Amino acid sequence: MGVNTYDAIIIGAGHNGLIAGAYLARAGKKVVILERREIVGGAAVTEEIFPGYRFTEFSYVVSLLRPEIIRDLELPRHGLKILPLPSTVTPMDNGDYLAAWPDHEPTRRELYRHSPKDAEAADEYSRVMARAAKAIKPVLSLVPPDPSSMSVRDMLGLLKLGQFAKSLSEKELYRIAKLVTQSSADLLNEWFEFGPLKGTKSASGIIGTFLGPHSPGTAYVLLHHYMGEIDGAFRAWGFAKNGTGGVTAAIAASARAIGAEIRTNASVANVIVKGGRAVGVALENGDELHAKVVMSAADPKRSFLSFVESKHFPDEFVQQIKNFRVRGSSGKVNIALSGLPDFTCIKGESPLHKGAISISPSIDYIERAYDEAKYGQYSQNPYIDMIIPSMIDRDMAPPGHHVMSCFVQYAPYDIEGGWDDAKRDAFGETVINTIEKYAPNIRKIIVGKQVITPKDIERIAGITGGNIFHGELLLHQLFFLRPAPQWADFRTPLPGYYFGASGAHPGGGVMGAAGQLAAREVLKDWR
Amino acid sequence: MLETLELKRTPFHERTSRLSVAQNWRRWAGYMVVGSYDLSLDHEYWAIRDRAALIDVSPLMKYMIEGPDAARLLHKVTPRDVLKMKEGVVSYTGWCDEDGKLLDDGTIARLGPQLFRMTSAEPSLRWLAMNAVGMDVKVTEVTDQMAALSLQGPKSRAVLNRICRDKLDPLKYFRVAENAIGNIPVSISRTGYTGDLGYEIWIPAEQALPVWDALMEAGDDYGITPCGILAMDMARVEAGLFMVDVDYNASTHTWIEGQKSSPLEMGLDWAVNLDKKGYFNGRRALEREKREGSSWKLVGLDIAWEGLEKLYGEVGLPPQIPSMAVRGSLPVMIDGRQIGYASTSTWSPVLKKYIALAHVQRPYYEPGTQLTIEITVEHHRKQTPAKVVTLPFYDPAWKKK
Repeated sequence: MGVNTYDAIIIGAGHNGLIAGAYLARAGKKVVILERREIVGGAAVTEEIFPGYRFTEFSYVVSLLRPEIIRDLELPRHGLKILPLPSTVTPMDNGDYLAAWPDHEPTRRELYRHSPKDAEAADEYSRVMARAAKAIKPVLSLVPPDPSSMSVRDMLGLLKLGQFAKSLSEKELYRIAKLVTQSSADLLNEWFEFGPLKGTKSASGIIGTFLGPHSPGTAYVLLHHYMGEIDGAFRAWGFAKNGTGGVTAAIAASARAIGAEIRTNASVANVIVKGGRAVGVALENGDELHAKVVMSAADPKRSFLSFVESKHFPDEFVQQIKNFRVRGSSGKVNIALSGLPDFTCIKGESPLHKGAISISPSIDYIERAYDEAKYGQYSQNPYIDMIIPSMIDRDMAPPGHHVMSCFVQYAPYDIEGGWDDAKRDAFGETVINTIEKYAPNIRKIIVGKQVITPKDIERIAGITGGNIFHGELLLHQLFFLRPAPQWADFRTPLPGYYFGASGAHPGGGVMGAAGQLAAREVLKDWR
Repeated sequence: MLETLELKRTPFHERTSRLSVAQNWRRWAGYMVVGSYDLSLDHEYWAIRDRAALIDVSPLMKYMIEGPDAARLLHKVTPRDVLKMKEGVVSYTGWCDEDGKLLDDGTIARLGPQLFRMTSAEPSLRWLAMNAVGMDVKVTEVTDQMAALSLQGPKSRAVLNRICRDKLDPLKYFRVAENAIGNIPVSISRTGYTGDLGYEIWIPAEQALPVWDALMEAGDDYGITPCGILAMDMARVEAGLFMVDVDYNASTHTWIEGQKSSPLEMGLDWAVNLDKKGYFNGRRALEREKREGSSWKLVGLDIAWEGLEKLYGEVGLPPQIPSMAVRGSLPVMIDGRQIGYASTSTWSPVLKKYIALAHVQRPYYEPGTQLTIEITVEHHRKQTPAKVVTLPFYDPAWKKK
C-alpha cells in the first residue's frame, strides 16, 4: 500500500474517532485518523491557556466511558486514570447548602435536615431510576434495530429489546414510557418538595438540550445521565487524570501503539466518491488519501452536508440531516485562580471542594434561565455546574493555585444579533457575577479566564451548532432515529462511508460507544 | 493488668486516631492500625495511585544487624547474594527453612559495611540468633524504637523534596539513604507495598509526630492523604505483592506439608540467587525445585468482565463488586476440575478489572491459560472465566524512574 493508501480513514480525532481507529487497527487494518487541529481530542481536550493552569476546555467529566473500551485498548497502561468526583453541593440563597455524598447515611441525614419526607422519597426514587436505567442500558450496546426493516440482524436486535422489556413488570414499563415522555419538573414534583434538591436534579435533564425543566422529554435526559451510576464499576461521575484531554491522550497513545497513524493539521475538504462509493478524502492542503472505507467522527451536519455532495444521498436523508437539531445551548467559563474560592456556605477547605458545585437553587430558577434563552439571550442568572479540577488532580494547577471549570446553561448559539467579543465578555461577566453571589472572594483570586460560547465550541472543536452532544438528546433524535431513520447502524446511504460520533447512536458524553460500535459494523462489512 | 489485654498503639496513634472518620481499626502484629480513615476506600486508594498517601507502617518488625559477620549472617539466612550487596542498597527477599519453604518475607537494607536493617512481618529474632551461632554479629530488635511511615504515590517525591535536607531525586528504586526532616535524622528508602512511586521513612519513635506533621503540611498542596491499610491492600494486589498468612503460610505455622510454600512457587525466582557462593538455608531444596520445576505457582488471574456480566445478568443484576480486597480462598478450575485457588482478589479501580492472586498447579500456570474461578452470585457458587497473567497487574512507568 502506498503512503497515502489505507484500509480505513477516520475523520476527526475526538474520542470516538480515536476509539474507532484503535479498534480497526486492532483488527489489523491500516488506519489513519485525521484531525484538523494541531492537537487530538476534539471536544475532550486539556489545554494550558495560562502558563501552569490547565483547563478541561469543553467536556470536563466522564461517567459512561465504557469499561470494555478501557480494558480492550489497555488505557490504564497509556495513562488513563478516572478519579472519583465524590460529592455534589448546591449552595442556597440563605447561606446554607444541600450536599450529596457517595455514602448513603450522611447523604440521607443531610437531606433529612432540609426535608424528612424527601429523605425517604430519595431512596425509592433512586431505586426506580436505577431500574429504569438498567432496563434501558442494554440498548446502548446494541446497534439500533430498524423497526421498518426485516433483516435477520434487525430482527435479532428487536428480540433482544423485547427480552429485556419482558423482565419488567407492567407497572415498570408504564413508568418507563412516562419517563421518556414527561418533563423532569413533572417527574421531580411527583417525588420531592425541597427546592434546591429538585433544582439540582432537574439540571441533569436539561444539560446539552435547548429545553427547560418544564419541557416534555427532559425526564429521559435525566435518566440518560443517571446511567453512569448503575454500573458497579462506575458508580459515579469521575474526573479523568489530566482532564478529558487525558482520556483522549491515552486513547491516542493506545491507537498509535496498535499501529494507527494520527495526522494532525489535516483538515478534510471532502470525501472522494467514485462509482457511487466513498474511496478516500481530499484534504484542505490538496493532498488526497485513499482507502477502502471512510468513517466520519465529525458532527452529522459536516459529515453529511459538508464533506459529501448532497447528490450522493437520497433527498429525504439530506432533509432529515438538515432538520437534525444541533442548537448549542451551553457555554463554559474556565477560570485560573490564585487560591480556593471561598463559598459562603462552605467553611474553610472542605471535602466538598473536591466534588461538583451546582448553582441550581430551584426548578423555577432554571426555567427562568431558559425563558431568556428562548428569546435569543443568554441567561442573566444561569445554571452553573462547577468543579475545581485542581482539587481532584493536583497536576491541573501550580501548587496552592487552582483551576475552576464552569459549565453554564443557557447560552444560545443563535443569540440575538449574533455572538461577538463584547457579548462574550458580557456573558463571562454574568457568570462571574452569579458565582460571586455564592463565593464573594472570586474576583480577587482570578488570574485569568477563558469564556467559551457555543460559537466558540463550533469554531474551536468544529462541532456545527456548538451542541456538546453533536445533536440534542431528544427522544426523536435517539436510538433508531439517530442521526436519521434507517441510518442508525453507523452505515450511511453512501457505500463505504460510515458515521461513528456523538451524533450517532447512542449519543453524547465521553463514552466512546459510537466509535466502538461503528468500528464493529465496519469490520462486519469487511470483504 | 488491664493494659496487657489491649492492642499496642503506634507512635502516630495520637494523629491517626483523630483523623479517622470511620474509626475502622485493624490488627497488625499486635498493634492497632487504621483500616480506613474515610467511609469508603476511594479517596485513600487514589491517593496511592495519583497523589501521595501517608501510611503508618510502624508495626513492621525491624531488626538492626551489626558486626563483622552481619553480611555473612544474612547471606546464610536469605537466598539473596548479600555479600555482593552494596551500601545503600535494599533487597526484597523471602527466607526459608531447611526444606526451602518460606518462613517470612521482608527487606534488608545495607546501611554500612557491617550494618543492616531488616524488616519482617513475623518475629524473627530467634531465627536470626539460631543462624548466627559462631558468628561475630549482634541482632537487635528495634520495632518499638523505630517508627515507620510509608509515603506512596506519584507525588511522594515532590512532597519529600520540600522538607528533606537532601533531595530525593538521586535515590534510585530500592536504595536507601540517611536524610533529615527538620533537625530529625531519618533514614529514607525508596520502597513500599503499592507498586507505585513511593518511599518508606524510618524515624526514631520519640520524633514520630513532628515528622508526621511536617509531611502533612508539606503535602497539603499535593493532596497528601492519610491512608489506611485496606486501600494499600488493593494496591498491593495490583502490584502483584503477596502477604504472609494471607497468600502463603509461614512454614513454622503450618501443620501439613501442603500448607507450605517455596519462594519459587511464590514467583520469587528473581529473588532466589542460586548462582551465589556458599550455603544458605534451603539451598539444596530450592536447587532441586528449580531443576524439576515447581509443582504450582502464584500467578495473576484476570477475571473476565464479560463472564461476570453474564452470570449476574442471569439473575437480573449488574456485576456486584466488593469494595475492598477479599482475603478468602476461591477455588480455581479447569474443565470443572479444581487445580488451584485464589488467595486474595480485588476490584482494581485503576485497571477497571477484577483481579486475583492465585495458586495454580503445573501445567496450568503458564501465562495465557484460560481457567475459571469461583464467584458467588446471589448465594449460588458459580465458575467464571479467568486468564493467567504475569504479575504485576499494574506497573506504572514512574515507579522506577
